Amino acid sequence: MTNLALFDLLSNTGVLAINVQGLITASAIVGGIGLIIGILLGIAAKVFEVEVDERELIVRDLLPGNNCGGCGYAGCDALAKAIASGQAPVSGCPVASAEIHAKIGGVMGTEATASERKVAFVKCNGTCDKTNVKYHYTGIADCKKLAMVPGNGEKTCSYGCMGYGSCVRACAFDAIHVVNGIAVVDKEKCVACGKCITECPNNLIEFIPVSSTCKVQCNSKDKGKDVNAACSVGCIGCMMCVKVCESDAVTVTNNLAHIDYSKCTHCGKCAEKCPKKIITIA
Amino acid sequence: MKELLLVLIAAALVNNVVLSRFLGLCPFLGVSKKISTAAGMGGAVIFVITIASALCSVIYDMVLVPLDLKYMNTIVFIILIAALVQFIEMFLKKFSPGLYNALGVYLPLITTNCAVLGVAIDNVQKGNDLVTSIVYGAGTAIGFLIAIVIMAGVRERIENNNVTKSFQGSPIVLITAGLMSIAFMGFAGLL
Repeated sequence: MTNLALFDLLSNTGVLAINVQGLITASAIVGGIGLIIGILLGIAAKVFEVEVDERELIVRDLLPGNNCGGCGYAGCDALAKAIASGQAPVSGCPVASAEIHAKIGGVMGTEATASERKVAFVKCNGTCDKTNVKYHYTGIADCKKLAMVPGNGEKTCSYGCMGYGSCVRACAFDAIHVVNGIAVVDKEKCVACGKCITECPNNLIEFIPVSSTCKVQCNSKDKGKDVNAACSVGCIGCMMCVKVCESDAVTVTNNLAHIDYSKCTHCGKCAEKCPKKIITIA
Repeated sequence: MKELLLVLIAAALVNNVVLSRFLGLCPFLGVSKKISTAAGMGGAVIFVITIASALCSVIYDMVLVPLDLKYMNTIVFIILIAALVQFIEMFLKKFSPGLYNALGVYLPLITTNCAVLGVAIDNVQKGNDLVTSIVYGAGTAIGFLIAIVIMAGVRERIENNNVTKSFQGSPIVLITAGLMSIAFMGFAGLL
């Protein structure tokens, strides 16, 4: 029996009944509906076209796209829009490099204003061996939760880093880690988005210019005696650094030294004089 | 009028699309982390399902039935829903940027929400006319909104609790969904 004869047999007995006409109608109708919808959508796309500033798209492509919010806008899209409409400076993105800023400036036809890169810095030096422990905390491992517990952390200093890593979890760039009980910022990876700053319940983290070498690595506002009792590396407010500073950059308020980075010349005299070695040069 | 009200309540509560019929589970589990986004998704679903059930009903009665192509309904409905969502997105972008931003990514997500297709096919199988189809679609979507908002509320509470490690993440969410489903069985005798 040839194939053709088999086909005839199957068709005639109804085993293989192909409704050719139905097949064609179905294909034509569904194809037609698809075609009509395609044309309608094409027309609609033209009719409902929203004009987007093309510079906005170019700027958006140049931005990093992490949507970290470090610029103060809702995300990279929002910043691109603000830059394109002139509301934000071309160097508005703290994450992008100076090269990218220059490129954005090129797109917008303005010069990027040079600004020094900033990095986050944790104002605490109280590693596990330098401070004592008041009690042992066994609750949820999160600084914000621990901040609700009386005494503001296990360590004897209530101003310092609790070391439970809320900042580590907030960082999208893997730039901050808890080392030996305190958070430490990796200068190379930090992009100054500011997420860790808002996260820290003790307000320990601040921005410093990346080139600044003198840093006050303490946040304790207690008097000298209390500081000494709590931590072996705490600022006691002895004013030595203020006296030795030639450029008037160091001030002591609330028993805590503070360096004004716009005046600091990185001479290192304060660090030399500091009896507790909490002003560090790195 | 009373019948339409019954259809609405039956679709929203008694035969809740998510909790009794298990349609649209992907967005139900995926975007129920926060109440605000869940409500946004629910609003977008109401919007799309209502219009889609009307459109599918019209096309089915006007095109597929006269041409004896009823068996093609699934494919045709998928095309219609996908096109409709695209069209609504363009329309909103032009005339209501506020609503467009509020719905955001959820609008295109709805294209793949099986609840939309489920409602359209349900309408056909039950032989609903145009008005009943629209009411049934709206009721189903309201049911989706109720379910996803309750789920988001529960999940926000779960966030602050110490869940046993083996149940963290999806397992506790699925258990929650199961318990909610059992709770919604209480509506079964309502109508």
